[in-house]
Amino acid sequence: MACNSSTCQSNSGCYKREEEPISSKSSDSNQQSLCVKCKFNEPVSGTSDDGRFCRECFRSNLYGKFKLAVTSNAMITPSDNLLVAFSGGSSSRVVLQFVHEMQQRAQKNFDASKDRSLPVFGVGVTFIDESAYHSVPSSEIDKAIEDIKSIVSNLAPPAKQLHVVPIESVFSLDSLYGKERLKTLEDSVSDATGKEDLLLHLRMLALQKVASENGYNRLVLGLCTSRIACHVITATVKGQGYSLPADIQYVDARWEIPVVLPLRDCLAPELNILCHLDGLKTVEFSNGPCSGINGLVSSFVKLLQEENPSRECTIVRTAGKLTPFHFNRIPELNDSNVPLATRRRQKRFNLKPSESISSESFCPLCFSPLSKSDLLSLSSCQNYDILDAACCSSCRFQIFPKDPSSMEHFLSVLPQPLLARAKNCSNGNHSSLRKQIQDCLLSESEDET
Amino acid sequence: MEEAVTKPTKKGGGRLCCICNQRRAALKRPKTLEQICRECFYEVFEEEIHQVIVDNQLFKPGERIAIGASGGKDSTVLACVLAELNRRHNYGLDLFLLSVDEGITGYRDDSLETVKRNEVQYGLPLKIVSYKDLYGWTMDEIVKMIGLKNNCTFCGVFRRQALDRGASLLKVDKVATGHNADDIAETVLLNILRGDIARLSRCTSIVTGEDGPIPRCKPFKYTYEKEIMFTYAYFKRLDYFSTECIYSPNAYRGFAREFIKDLERIRPRAILDIIKSGEDFRISTSTKMPEQGTCERCGYISSQKWCKACVLLEGLNRGLPKMGIGRSSRGLNNDPKKDKDIKQSNGTKSIENKQCGSLDF
Repeated sequence: MACNSSTCQSNSGCYKREEEPISSKSSDSNQQSLCVKCKFNEPVSGTSDDGRFCRECFRSNLYGKFKLAVTSNAMITPSDNLLVAFSGGSSSRVVLQFVHEMQQRAQKNFDASKDRSLPVFGVGVTFIDESAYHSVPSSEIDKAIEDIKSIVSNLAPPAKQLHVVPIESVFSLDSLYGKERLKTLEDSVSDATGKEDLLLHLRMLALQKVASENGYNRLVLGLCTSRIACHVITATVKGQGYSLPADIQYVDARWEIPVVLPLRDCLAPELNILCHLDGLKTVEFSNGPCSGINGLVSSFVKLLQEENPSRECTIVRTAGKLTPFHFNRIPELNDSNVPLATRRRQKRFNLKPSESISSESFCPLCFSPLSKSDLLSLSSCQNYDILDAACCSSCRFQIFPKDPSSMEHFLSVLPQPLLARAKNCSNGNHSSLRKQIQDCLLSESEDET
Repeated sequence: MEEAVTKPTKKGGGRLCCICNQRRAALKRPKTLEQICRECFYEVFEEEIHQVIVDNQLFKPGERIAIGASGGKDSTVLACVLAELNRRHNYGLDLFLLSVDEGITGYRDDSLETVKRNEVQYGLPLKIVSYKDLYGWTMDEIVKMIGLKNNCTFCGVFRRQALDRGASLLKVDKVATGHNADDIAETVLLNILRGDIARLSRCTSIVTGEDGPIPRCKPFKYTYEKEIMFTYAYFKRLDYFSTECIYSPNAYRGFAREFIKDLERIRPRAILDIIKSGEDFRISTSTKMPEQGTCERCGYISSQKWCKACVLLEGLNRGLPKMGIGRSSRGLNNDPKKDKDIKQSNGTKSIENKQCGSLDF
């Protein structure tokens, strides 16, 4: 899942949090306690109660989590070209900063080495303009884009290309026509939560499009522990328990461009504090009130986090024990093409060999793996439409229209890649669907014996 | 396994039932938000439960089934519905009511009066087992000893074992409990929040304890609490007891409960979706699950040397009620068993024997 508006959601809660550090700074100087790690500097006020780090140790702790996630999951190799999704929020701002610092360090090493055997990975930045979906005034969005351009241009050398992409580009390059179809598509979804989830799916579609068209081979998202904890609960609440593990791993390679989450182990309040301490500029958007299930879950998780500071970590750790899918890892490199120096530096620990790579069927809209119960319900209703039959129960309930005439209209305004994906799923996976269904049916008859 | 009865909702007209189109609609069904009449609601409500029983093969003809009866709404409706379905569909079951008397003055004695009336109304034999008989302590005495904090730990452990012992005394094949969809959805959420991966893998099972002596089943697994309480029990004018326990201020469970109520308001089917998620979770078999054995002292199922009830009981009898609470209890279980230093709190010799010796069943 992308992080743009979700980070903005956490952003709206951020500024309340930022008031606390300022007020507690004066009272903190009276305590004269020391950093628990270096025992030298004064601790940063406003950090979590259990750890009292100074500014430098707090920062290196967060960067350490980022770096460990990157190296232990082989997220970034020297020959990679990364696209960082930047929404303006604290999480994506930190991941942008950390990726930049890692690239800067790699560039220094490259300049200093004699043989120059390890190239420096490339970094690009993208911002998805969703003003057409949210009805944000254009003056506000123009100001935000200027701020983002300033942020990205300051992160040089090495220079990074910025791609500002409107969300309606998934329909057509013609902006007016795309906006019209986007509006029609949004209006055909009646469920408030369905509208929000549809935006998430379109956003990932846009991100994949930008990455694919501009030669990137990794998509970096700034999803943090807090955001993932909310997603765990929302997916459970929507009946997506089967596909939930796919969304919360460090790596998600079911997409054309693999998606990586290097900030998976960092909490949103920590990232907000880091932005505040380092003066990292963020861009805030005015979001409407969340009336659906996603908003309810956010407030619920926030309430629990206030009661118990380790609640979000517990939620993510629990969901982390569910079995991941075979695509939750960087695809194996072709060894013959990899230079020897790169192979030597690869640290791939904790990557168990995947047991049996089963062929998964995916919902064409949200691209979640379909469970066997979804497939069984598919086989029992053969008169369904191609797209409707192949989608998961959550999308069928909250995004697709109920009656057939509205369904035809809905299909006509869907973006072309989704339609192509649906047909591809229907044709390519039809035989595998039969195999899986036959297995289920056979096991069912065995149960009846 | 969602039991969705999809019927077209009739929008115009004078609010007729959307199922029979004849009678006047009396309620909006909580599960589907359809406007239906009273008779159709009874029919779809009972038929859905019947379908759950048949699809999951919960009962077999000739089996003896104990219904866990607390006098509350869930167990009262369960007793009523099971008796009705047993008659209508010829399950061929022998049904019993099984109650646990925790010994809470002003609460449990009143609710047991309700169960005794249910016994007469539905014609089901009633068996009551009490903490006093099994353990020598009532909840009133336990609370007097340890205070309000942690008393739910004792009560939960004792009641679960007491239900099994009562079922064994009745020589039944299965125990049916009134856990509804809201309870199960809440349990799924709580296990995620607490990080309990072992329980997460089995909290959605409609039958639990199949490898144990007496399995338990939940016929109301897909039935909404609102339908049980506010609709079926209300319209049928069932006699049930609704006071909450006086010793249990359980704020933590309240968070999840409140959240589920809010969810249900936004999207009624979210409760079934949570259960579906719980069923669809894929948990690796390599994840450590506690091994099951038997308690050295009483023979009950336990993953430790002593079962939890015996540990708590030993603490009570020794005058050290905190012994079974917290992580120190692991040290106790691993220690070699010392000679018992029993406090004689009661004069009767038979009670002493129950405290000291093995609780045979």
